[in-house]
Amino acid sequence: MNGTDNQILQARSSAAMFETCVMKYMKDSYRIALGFCGNHQDALELSQEAFLKAYRSIRHLQNNDKFFPWFYQILRNLCFDYMRKKKTQAAQPLDEITSEKLMQNNFDPEAIAERNETKEIIWKAIGQLDEKHREIIILRHFLNQSYEQIAKNLFCSKGTVMSRLYYGRRQLKEILSTMKGGH
Amino acid sequence: MTCQDYKNLMMAYIDGELEAEAKKTFEEHLQSCKECSDEFKEFKQLKQHTDEIKFTEPEERIWEQYWQNVYNRTERATGWILFSIASILLLAYGGFKAIEAIIRDPSVGLILKAALLILIAGAAVLFVSVLRERIYFWKNDRYKDVRR
Repeated sequence: MNGTDNQILQARSSAAMFETCVMKYMKDSYRIALGFCGNHQDALELSQEAFLKAYRSIRHLQNNDKFFPWFYQILRNLCFDYMRKKKTQAAQPLDEITSEKLMQNNFDPEAIAERNETKEIIWKAIGQLDEKHREIIILRHFLNQSYEQIAKNLFCSKGTVMSRLYYGRRQLKEILSTMKGGH
Repeated sequence: MTCQDYKNLMMAYIDGELEAEAKKTFEEHLQSCKECSDEFKEFKQLKQHTDEIKFTEPEERIWEQYWQNVYNRTERATGWILFSIASILLLAYGGFKAIEAIIRDPSVGLILKAALLILIAGAAVLFVSVLRERIYFWKNDRYKDVRR
């Protein structure tokens, strides 16, 4: 991250400084959560909960330059917990899932702008991806992050990012073809 | 390089993350490999469609109230911690006083007093057992010092 984050976090216990940090990352935090949970209300709840947890444990952050990757770990863990609670169909092998079942997840179509059938189907299909693959799609497509930024946030190499994107998109393609097969 | 290596490069190519030289190598491979070429077209289309998905922006008031909501949560969390500590102290003190009163009361039967003392001893054993287990796991937790 940049010098601003450094300045923000030098006064770790200051609510005013933390406020600046929240204001800076609230939209990204909301979008990430929305990509994981698929609906506005839960996304708002999860993103705010992540900031609360971050505030409580900010003393554990050793390198101030890494605020966002550190915060992202808190947010993703909350989102993963949320997904595990909600998970029912995703645990089943793909060939046992019907296209109707795939369309019935809690990915709200109203979360996407300028809706059309293609966008809605892809959005629902993203809601069926497993957590690691969904994560990489969210960071790349909804946060528009570069491979380098993704690698930094996930504490992995660029090669791993490429590989995860390949398998994530391949899984997405398979889900979409199952959905289309049912029409 | 195997086709699998090119598949990872395919993602970087689609996302505009490849250097000129790697881009050229990849394009040459596409011309000679039909399987990769077909897959490339499908992935390219999928990426275009996925990129078209944009989120509905929440109303401006949501962002205006966002910090206040986070702040309220931190404040309430602190309030709950203080409330819990005070409740535990008051309950412990009240409990101690109540037990003391029962034990000293000559009108209370011996059996009731003995049962009460056994109950307290049982609770104490359970508490020490759980506490010891927690301390043991905490000491042996290999990840407790892991910090990002």
